[in-house]
Amino acid sequence: MEKKKFDWKKITGSREMSLVIVLIVLCLFVQIRNSSFLTSETLEDMFRNYAVIFILALGMMCVLLTGGIDISIGSTLAFSGMAAGLVMRDYMIPTPVSFLLSMAIGAGLGLVVGMIITKGKVPPIVCTLGFMNIYRGLTYLIAKSQWVAAYQFTDSFKNFALTKYLGFGLVNNMIAVTIYCYIIFFVVMKWTTIGRRVYAVGSNVEAAAVSGINIGHVKIGVYTLMGFLCGLGGALWTSLYKSAQGDMATGIEMDVIAACVVGGVSLTGGRGSVVGVFLGSLTIAIIGKALPLIGVSQFWQSAIKGLIILVAVILNVLAQRTMDKNNLRRREM
Amino acid sequence: MATKSGRTIIADQPFSWKTFFLKWEWLLVILFLGINVMNASLSEYYLSGAGLFNATNSFLEKAFVALPMAYILVLGDIDISVGSTACLSAVMLAYFYNLGVPMGLCIIICLLTGTICGAINGLILTKFTELAPMIVTLGTQILYRGIAEAMLGDEARGGLSSVKWFSNLYWGKIGIVPIMLICFIVCAVIFGFVLHKTFFGRRLYAIGANKLAAEYAGIKVQKIRMIVFTLTGTFAAVTAIFLAARMGSTRADIATGYELEAIAMAVLGGFSTDGGKGKFPGLILAIFIVGMLRYGLGLVNMASQFMLVVIGALLIITVMLPNIKSMFKVKKKA
Repeated sequence: MEKKKFDWKKITGSREMSLVIVLIVLCLFVQIRNSSFLTSETLEDMFRNYAVIFILALGMMCVLLTGGIDISIGSTLAFSGMAAGLVMRDYMIPTPVSFLLSMAIGAGLGLVVGMIITKGKVPPIVCTLGFMNIYRGLTYLIAKSQWVAAYQFTDSFKNFALTKYLGFGLVNNMIAVTIYCYIIFFVVMKWTTIGRRVYAVGSNVEAAAVSGINIGHVKIGVYTLMGFLCGLGGALWTSLYKSAQGDMATGIEMDVIAACVVGGVSLTGGRGSVVGVFLGSLTIAIIGKALPLIGVSQFWQSAIKGLIILVAVILNVLAQRTMDKNNLRRREM
Repeated sequence: MATKSGRTIIADQPFSWKTFFLKWEWLLVILFLGINVMNASLSEYYLSGAGLFNATNSFLEKAFVALPMAYILVLGDIDISVGSTACLSAVMLAYFYNLGVPMGLCIIICLLTGTICGAINGLILTKFTELAPMIVTLGTQILYRGIAEAMLGDEARGGLSSVKWFSNLYWGKIGIVPIMLICFIVCAVIFGFVLHKTFFGRRLYAIGANKLAAEYAGIKVQKIRMIVFTLTGTFAAVTAIFLAARMGSTRADIATGYELEAIAMAVLGGFSTDGGKGKFPGLILAIFIVGMLRYGLGLVNMASQFMLVVIGALLIITVMLPNIKSMFKVKKKA
């Protein structure tokens, strides 16, 4: 697959590089219009607010790599965040326990989704469509349609999103968690058999099965992982906004899928990288953060976001086409 | 999707009573009857003519978009922008009406908007065939609703109900039969006829079963996809008209989630998201099952959140049921 040799042409011609160029142009454009954009406060604020999308995009990448899709993540996030929030309200559990609880609940919910997709042979889009409704409904039901408000959380939980102890005093906790996730995923997806298996299932199911990979386990694994990250996201979300609401993170699945696709993850499976996902999430975050800064009315934001997603996806295809053409030409010689 | 193996087009099979009764549609019929019995036991007025028509009117405007959605699923594609298309069309209608444009012209503008939205989807998907329909329609979903938001902001445009004939599209009745129901039946019959009795319908199934083979057989795959996506846009606009007639005003957040409901109806009706599968009577039954179930749960004042759980579970369980059977069969062999 990957050559060990360092090849400049490969780097400059890659999809990631074209995205980097687009991002730089975008940042420069915004910076010229509003000089407060490329300051450490704005950027930290951006990474903090979009940390959940950054993290969920990793899980979504794994799901998309196997050729599946998960549109229930917003509801899974809400359910696990809400459940952990309720427990914190009633029993005042310490912050780490709350995080672990949220992640465990999320992983459990993801496991159910994965089991039904693989054992029940329900198409992923249909299954997660159903669970999007089910988990969202259950979120309201367990909370009895109430919020968990700021005063019901412990102080240490609320301060999690404000302090820097996980980032060794350098970066905010939210950003630190994001960075740890990206490092772990980068290593696992690139250099371990687990990561390679996920790619194998996505690029050719039959070949993967023949070579001894248990397809079912891999698929259940990625959905459970997705749920686990949703649980983490739920805890981060409630900590960041200091409340757990029934309708939190509605529609986040669209942002996350968009981040993955802009980052070059193929919806048919087998193609995508952690670096690409990072750049894709960064694009979504920059669009979301920069548009208000350059004075775009808030009502135009989603139109522009939609347009940028479409343009990015189409540019990606065009880049891929020229790359394929060049590859063919090289082969003819 | 042509690389996936193991797809076959099932030609005419010899008739057997066993396969006849094991059909997907019978499961739906049982569900349909069950829900109606439940509803009837909940409300004594339900089984009167007025009660039934009242029930159908509560959900049928969404069903218009489920008809072309079935075509899209047969093709093996998906369109999640229909809710936004309907929203944008309705917003256009109300916007131009409030500028003083006569209602007839507004309706044409509305239909045109929907058609153009659908055509844009189709154009992108046929020009860039590498792109998955999911992601393109995700982009246009955000884009179309974004345009609607940009036009209206957080305001509403109303006054539509002052045109009597327009609000009669939804509220009006011929005898005791609502006009919308008649429109729906006409559309459903045409859609069903085209899908099952014409060349066009056969081609849809052929494309859904194996795109590459269909292309080699001389079917203009991309042209047909273009037509179907454009048609979906048009029918999203039809939904928008009835929705606007019902509410008398529009906002930029109407018709959210219609795409998922339409997909849920079609999938429950037996149309697989993999393409090439599904029959129209199933779709009609599924539309009424989902709609009547919602109406019935509304009758008992079930919390709308619980309704979400029920409909989600219904969708998953019905899709899973036939697979459970095959799961056990495999286990016995092993």
